[in-house]
Amino acid sequence: MDALAARCHRPSTRWLAGCAIELDRATLARGGRIVLDAVSASICPGEFVGIFGPNGSGKTTLLRALLGLPPPLSGAVRVFGRPLRRGNRMIGYLPQQRAGLADLPIRGWDFVASAWQGERWGLPLIGRRGQQQVMQAIDRVEAQALADRRLSQLSGGEVQRLLLAQALLGRPRILLLDEPLISLDPHFQQAIVALVRRIQQTEEITVLFTAHDLNPLLGVMDRVLYLANHQAVIGTVDEVVTDEVLSRLYDMPIAVYRIKDRIAVFAGHGPVEAEAHRHDV
Amino acid sequence: MPGTVRSKPKLIATMFEYDFMRTAFAAGGIVALVAGAVGFFLILRNLTFAGHALSHVGFAGATGSVLIGVSALWGLLAFTLAAAVVMGLLGNRLRDRDVAVGIVLSLALGLGVLFLFLYSTSASEATTILFGNLLGVSIDTLWSLLGLSVATLLALAMISRPLLFATLEPELAEAKGVSLRFISVSFLAIVAVAVAEAAQVVGVLLVFALMVGPAAAAQRLASRLGWALILAIFLALAETWSGLALAYVTDWPTTFWIVLLSCCGYFVATAKGALDWQATTRVEP
Repeated sequence: MDALAARCHRPSTRWLAGCAIELDRATLARGGRIVLDAVSASICPGEFVGIFGPNGSGKTTLLRALLGLPPPLSGAVRVFGRPLRRGNRMIGYLPQQRAGLADLPIRGWDFVASAWQGERWGLPLIGRRGQQQVMQAIDRVEAQALADRRLSQLSGGEVQRLLLAQALLGRPRILLLDEPLISLDPHFQQAIVALVRRIQQTEEITVLFTAHDLNPLLGVMDRVLYLANHQAVIGTVDEVVTDEVLSRLYDMPIAVYRIKDRIAVFAGHGPVEAEAHRHDV
Repeated sequence: MPGTVRSKPKLIATMFEYDFMRTAFAAGGIVALVAGAVGFFLILRNLTFAGHALSHVGFAGATGSVLIGVSALWGLLAFTLAAAVVMGLLGNRLRDRDVAVGIVLSLALGLGVLFLFLYSTSASEATTILFGNLLGVSIDTLWSLLGLSVATLLALAMISRPLLFATLEPELAEAKGVSLRFISVSFLAIVAVAVAEAAQVVGVLLVFALMVGPAAAAQRLASRLGWALILAIFLALAETWSGLALAYVTDWPTTFWIVLLSCCGYFVATAKGALDWQATTRVEP
């Protein structure tokens, strides 16, 4: 497992520090409960990593730990070779869509703009530079037509694109995307995945993308990170999504079937990804 | 009005000849500025009922301070501020605790009734606290309102940027280093002051109309954030001053007119918003 974790199969010379993200025996907790126990993994600059696992396996906890919310209980997490800190400008974050967001009467533009240096004191006037940044972020997610419409008038996929624009503000080098496909139709899922892929490739951004189903991300991900039973396995789809590796990780018999270019993962009683697509840890 | 029959234009023209009317216009204007601005964020944060709850808690404070011989404004302020800090610190734990919150509110109103009984005052004192009496605002109260308003607006301007961020995107704001708890507590403290001020105009029972009505209407009419905020303040001001003028002409209570205008503004804006929404969804491919 460690051999897999340590291998950066797409080394890049853009960054002096070898790894974009490095977990070194990191123990992560949420609400006083240990979610991931002494997990090690490293992710290369420019890599697209899909993160999967059952509800409560620590997908969101892992993403939030990279933002320092909260930092690991023990072990080390490094971002571009440096220790964690809150408010790291290198990292863009797309949180799970919360209930009520789509009811806001706010215009798309104002919604994205609220995130431009929104941590500063004073009035929410973003200035010319801020306006340029907001416009560029909206252009990059091809949401120009959404800027003048209210969130309450947008579809789930459209709101998701604005959330992505917020995450891209300030040109981060790492994107943490928490369940951006949740409750989207397959058609919109593909559109979001293609958009993220395009941005990731043109701007050489490292992407961590959590999802329930790995199929929409097949052919786009460089590697997968599977979380279960407080443990993690990282590797290519062919290395990790197999009966042996997943059975060992889940500690129960897992069967992986490949049907044409799609993959179905079954636990003893049914599909592993068929669990309720709900807010998870 | 018995006796004299005067034309309305003349009545309006004589309005500013009276000290109490000038004071009422000044006090109403000062309070409307704060109510419109604070109400705007109150709605965005989905806290309108917290504002309502604070005003009920304020009732006990107002009647209690009358009992010990202090101006009702300060008693209101003390109680609403204390309640706001507690609510802010409890934060999400208050969600889905409607019953607990409701019972504490009932207790506050009950205490208010007890204080009124102990003071054995006339019913007019209670009516003033419950429904406001803008025409009875003293010069001292006017100066207090001015000071409180300046402080409130300055504080709101200071935190408005992270407040907006934390309201629209709490997780992202937290990741960028915004303290959600600090924002929550300080905003509720601002709301507490605004509630205490608004209660001077429309009374503790109808604070909702002055704080929520104009801001809700503005958010339906204007989609740009900045314009919606300015419109909320403008509507609060227009409704308060028009209410005063109408009260002067008709001799009916100011509070009634302000609440009526607030209500009309809200429903007109809602109707227009619904029509606009239909129009924009129809042109979609």
